[in-house]
Amino acid sequence: MRIRALVIRIIRQFARDKRTLAMMIAAPMLILSLMSFVFSDNDLVPVIGINEGSAFEKSLSSQDAETVEFSSKKEAVAAAEKQEIDGYVTRLEDGRLEVMLEGSDPKANGAVLAAIQKAAAAEMPAKQPEPAVTMLHGDKDMEMFDSIGPFLIGFFIFFFVFLIAGVSFLRERTNGTLERLLATPLKRWEIVAGYVLGFGIFTVLQSAIIVWYAIEVLDIMMAGSIIPVIVTALMLAVTALTLGTLLSAFAKNELQMIQFIPIVIVPQVFFSGLFSLETMAPWVQKLGVAMPLTYGGTAIREVMIRGGGIADIASELLVLLAFSVLFMILNTFALKKHRKL
Amino acid sequence: MNAIEIRHVKKAFGKTEILTDIDMIVQKQTIFGLLGPSGAGKTTLVKMIAGIQNPTAGSIIVNQTMMPSFAMMEKIGYMAQSDALYSELSALENLDFFASLYGLKGKKKKERIHAVLEIVNLADHAKKTVSSYSGGMKRRLSLAAALLHEPEILILDEPTVGIDPVLRASIWRELRCLRQNGTTILVTTHVMDEAEKCDQLAMMREGRLISTGTPEDLKDGSKTLEEAFLYFGGASNEN
Repeated sequence: MRIRALVIRIIRQFARDKRTLAMMIAAPMLILSLMSFVFSDNDLVPVIGINEGSAFEKSLSSQDAETVEFSSKKEAVAAAEKQEIDGYVTRLEDGRLEVMLEGSDPKANGAVLAAIQKAAAAEMPAKQPEPAVTMLHGDKDMEMFDSIGPFLIGFFIFFFVFLIAGVSFLRERTNGTLERLLATPLKRWEIVAGYVLGFGIFTVLQSAIIVWYAIEVLDIMMAGSIIPVIVTALMLAVTALTLGTLLSAFAKNELQMIQFIPIVIVPQVFFSGLFSLETMAPWVQKLGVAMPLTYGGTAIREVMIRGGGIADIASELLVLLAFSVLFMILNTFALKKHRKL
Repeated sequence: MNAIEIRHVKKAFGKTEILTDIDMIVQKQTIFGLLGPSGAGKTTLVKMIAGIQNPTAGSIIVNQTMMPSFAMMEKIGYMAQSDALYSELSALENLDFFASLYGLKGKKKKERIHAVLEIVNLADHAKKTVSSYSGGMKRRLSLAAALLHEPEILILDEPTVGIDPVLRASIWRELRCLRQNGTTILVTTHVMDEAEKCDQLAMMREGRLISTGTPEDLKDGSKTLEEAFLYFGGASNEN
């Protein structure tokens, strides 16, 4: 069968081109690892300036804050200017607290205020009992990386498959081999299908390895089972593969293929669950409907954070499948530019 | 018997007309040369005969079949002007791929791959990757790929560019042998001495056919084909 010949050829090419294979698998793993270091938020310990002999010191230091004593506010301001302290707190004569923040790092600001509020609350006898909190999903130790990780897995697979598949298909055209293929009785849809299957084999491998790595090695939070995550990652990869090969028809060379990244890939980042959609204008929210990563990101989060199974993400998987089929059909038409039959 | 009939073929890309009213016939079992400078429209014409492109007007009939046709494409061997090979793969793997596209399999496939490698004298280099090949070797491998499925019609676009004279002579010997066995061969060239080896010639210039006939016919009155080409080309300008 002709499609089989295409698939075998793509496998052989990949086997010779180990660097590209590594790019598909090792590059997402490397970036995910770096991301996990960056976003595993070890709690920031604020450095807070206080007045000498202040009774506040004791209660503050029991709240995960470092304290530094100053004899005057002037001294404290000078220290904050040098970024030696994150904030400064004094008690006014009427008993209220006055807080001055260094202010350039929102995260430090928050940590200072939280520490001071907790310390102040501890000083007073509790008027109300603390609320008992339970979480339906996730847990209180959930880190930033646990919440964005599922999206990142989908995004990096999408990104690298898009680029590699797009450039490979483009090369077929610029090297003249596409024309040579079109001089054989190979049908246009067979070329598209051959590419999807040939690359598809590698994306199965890629999706499985990357998902396994994120969960087992990077220890990203995992509420559901691994299979639905791999299936979603694979569907995203196939969507990226079909989109990349389709768009390569509109690029003259590799550089023009790379120019699609800011137009096609980057906008998807904003809609695919990395940022909260609820705060965006309604018409902006609607743009997300047309973006494959929206569905991929939603599905992976559903499984990894909310513990959903295949049934819970079936609609997202179907949309990704529909995208892939649509892109394949469009690509079959795009090839008409090179051969009408 | 006519192998290829080209009837009032016109080809335009947008508003640019590449070919103007081409009308010619290629007989079965001949080596037919398309002679003309680059930009004359030779490649566009052979691509239409191969079924890759469609004429804007007119018709192309190959072995009584209107082109483009998948059934006919299986019986056409096409060697493009640029070497369309996969450089990461070995010669053997390239041939294996193209052979499979033409539906060859098993023992027959092995035999054919071996046979064409012998014809182009690359049997000793079959396992090397194409990226290590010289320009001439790639040209020969492209030719081998076009011969794999024993096509009835062989279309060769500038086949002997970059091939040394000894090998060129052996390739021409092989082409004559193929013709003897019933193959019709259409060769494009811009080299006059190569054109002389063809049974029939068509001279092209600026998208028009300026003259057809045997090399001897065309040379009538002129010493060389080059002179004849200038004569016919000049005459068409005056019209």
